[in-house]
Amino acid sequence: MQAEATARHSDLSEKDNRALISLFSAYTVTATLWLLFATGVGLLIAFKFGAPEFGGGAWLTFGRLRPIHTNATFYGFASIALVGLGYYVAARSCGTKLYSAALAWTGLVLFNVAALAGTVALDLGYIDGDLEYREWPWWIRLIFLAAVLVSAWNLIGTVARRSSADIYLSNWYIMGGTLWGAIIAIVGVMPWYQYGLGQVAVSGFYMHNAVGMWFTPLALGVIYYSLPKLLNRPIYSYALGVFAFWTNLLFYPIIGAHHFEFSPLPWWLQTIAIVFSVAMLVPVWGGSSNFLLTMRGRIRDLIHSYPLMFIFVGVMSYLIGSTQGTLEAFRSLQQVWHLTDFTVGHSHLTMYGIISFVIWGGIYGLLPLATGKKASQLGMALHFWMALVGCFIYVTSLSIGGTIQGLDWMHGLPFIQSVIDMQSYYVGRGVGGLLMFSSHLVFAWNVWRMCYGTGAVASPLQALRAEESVA
Amino acid sequence: MNKLLLIAGGSTLVYACLAWTMGVWPGIELSKIPAGPGVEPLTALQSEGREVYVANGCSYCHTQQVRPLDADKVFGRPSAPGDFKYQTPELLGSERTGPDLTNIGARQPSSVWQYIHLYNPRAVVPESIMPSFNWMFAVVAEAPAGVTPVPLPNNYAPAGGVVVPTHQAEALIAYLAALKQPALPASAAPSASGAPSATGASSGEAPTTAKASASAAAAPVGNYDATKGAALYTANCSACHQASGEGLPGAFPSLKGDAVVNKDDATKHIDVVLNGLHDARVSGVVYSSVMPPFSGTLSDAEIADLIDYERSSWGNHGAPITAAEVGVERAKAK
Repeated sequence: MQAEATARHSDLSEKDNRALISLFSAYTVTATLWLLFATGVGLLIAFKFGAPEFGGGAWLTFGRLRPIHTNATFYGFASIALVGLGYYVAARSCGTKLYSAALAWTGLVLFNVAALAGTVALDLGYIDGDLEYREWPWWIRLIFLAAVLVSAWNLIGTVARRSSADIYLSNWYIMGGTLWGAIIAIVGVMPWYQYGLGQVAVSGFYMHNAVGMWFTPLALGVIYYSLPKLLNRPIYSYALGVFAFWTNLLFYPIIGAHHFEFSPLPWWLQTIAIVFSVAMLVPVWGGSSNFLLTMRGRIRDLIHSYPLMFIFVGVMSYLIGSTQGTLEAFRSLQQVWHLTDFTVGHSHLTMYGIISFVIWGGIYGLLPLATGKKASQLGMALHFWMALVGCFIYVTSLSIGGTIQGLDWMHGLPFIQSVIDMQSYYVGRGVGGLLMFSSHLVFAWNVWRMCYGTGAVASPLQALRAEESVA
Repeated sequence: MNKLLLIAGGSTLVYACLAWTMGVWPGIELSKIPAGPGVEPLTALQSEGREVYVANGCSYCHTQQVRPLDADKVFGRPSAPGDFKYQTPELLGSERTGPDLTNIGARQPSSVWQYIHLYNPRAVVPESIMPSFNWMFAVVAEAPAGVTPVPLPNNYAPAGGVVVPTHQAEALIAYLAALKQPALPASAAPSASGAPSATGASSGEAPTTAKASASAAAAPVGNYDATKGAALYTANCSACHQASGEGLPGAFPSLKGDAVVNKDDATKHIDVVLNGLHDARVSGVVYSSVMPPFSGTLSDAEIADLIDYERSSWGNHGAPITAAEVGVERAKAK
């Protein structure tokens, strides 16, 4: 099979390869720019908790920048980066060229137009409601939906061109993620069932599924490809991966209502969400143990490879963050943590710890294979450690602070006491955030070196032939 | 090709069914819930204010959902499905960096306070971390006819001219004033559990007789739960009357050295806390601010602790009162 895959690579014309490489680079570069913007905004609003007068006026007010931060992170950075990685993984693991490079460029333009228009609209106060992760005016969300549909079509077309009978697991997740992402976007934008409490139910569905059925499947697809590739060893259990795929699909969509526990949403809807939050332990533990068992006995390789270290952190965050999510869903704990900053800590442990770290691991691992240019070891080290330590400080501060906040309320203290008690933890968040943002500046430098740098290690085609396909 | 169809098509079909069951279908059903009794649509100005609220992301820090938990009792009665009939887009929120606003129109009815707080929250709540919305106000040399300038404390007022709200700010404050929970008909008013019945059985207090209050009046100052009193004051009173008890000149009257607070007969003091006040004349100044009634949210014992705290702080020395006396006044109002 290995020889077969190598033979297929050589069948691909140099033109097709160059098209894939320039697409992968372009997706990565624009995603990086969105990362810098989104986390720069994040840092600014983190400071506002300690210095509320810092950055005044309508355009810089907290309530407008907060959705700009989350949407630019979600739909600018993470979506564009993951679709770029998805194209590369799909084409390489299928041993074929992209179905259509033109469609992929169209998708990239649509993603960027949506993110840009959305950012400007939110800052001017044009918003479809403070509905988490779907604040953009509806017509901008339709542009985003078009970008997702274009990507899904292109990815399916690419997989359809594969030269082997089998479809590698990565492509299950990548195709699934884009198709489900399109459904999520459609459910979120259609207005006819979104009045009053009905919209609350849709919000619960949307905010959770956007994270778990759009970003997570794409990130898992990247892990299923990069981990075996970087370790040069097959995934521990293909069957376990398939099992996790279907259980994730069956359990995850049901748990959204756990964001509205104790709300006037029907009690049974909340209870079902809690039950399936526990069921989510099955795909989460199944998936992460599959990854960890693939890494077993290879600790030396791990600590000598930053791409692998990034993915390792991503896997551990997947295990810890998702398990934490299950615990948070229990009513007894939700009573303490709901509506506190603990939730913000959890969302960063997951969106940052899982999604961003996997994206970075994938880019550091795969982009050099495409362009033949590497980032420096020092650059990757700086990025890794600042991001890891920053995220640790951030999540720890908000987890402890959020718990205190919740206990203050339960003990019936005057509300302002919980604001006062959070102050030092907000400082911790700012420090962590500063480290995280600094690491992104280094990442941008690394991306520059991998795309346009002079330190070529090999010509792209040689690099391609040197590696074997995992499919 | 069949394999591709099975994986991509099959999983998408499964997901579409689940998205229908857990997203769209509950949306359809719950969209039909009728308005609860007393739940009214907003007026044009209030709706405009709601749009200002949404556009500036107020609900990223302020929830509008009261949970059936003890911790949420301070914000009102638990939210009911019928409360949300006219709330599109929904504003339940996911974070409570600031307090819940479901019932803020009843909890803080003073528009004067709302304007000062909106202009700069720290002018009334020094520890607040809410942004200033001073850009929703204009500084003019003289307020136009019919517009009352915002009575800002000196250290927050601009050097020259007076501050008047723009239309945006007026709409927003009108919306906040409209945020009042109508009482639920099935269960009694939420105050019922906190307020002792005429027999005094529910709180275990002594029967509300004049004898009991007379003996209590003789108790020395300081014979009350000072910690509780201070906490209750911070939670319910200091936003206007300030931690110093001095209020804000021209906006909220001072309690320090105030005649009602220092008078031995506490009837008036109890009555104001229980039933609120509007257009009050205090020391010759008329205050347009409305003070909310606390009979619905605080029990007799809590009001007694609160009043005793006010009567023994900032150099005040009014005679302390008991919960029983509050009970008598509460019964009178009924």
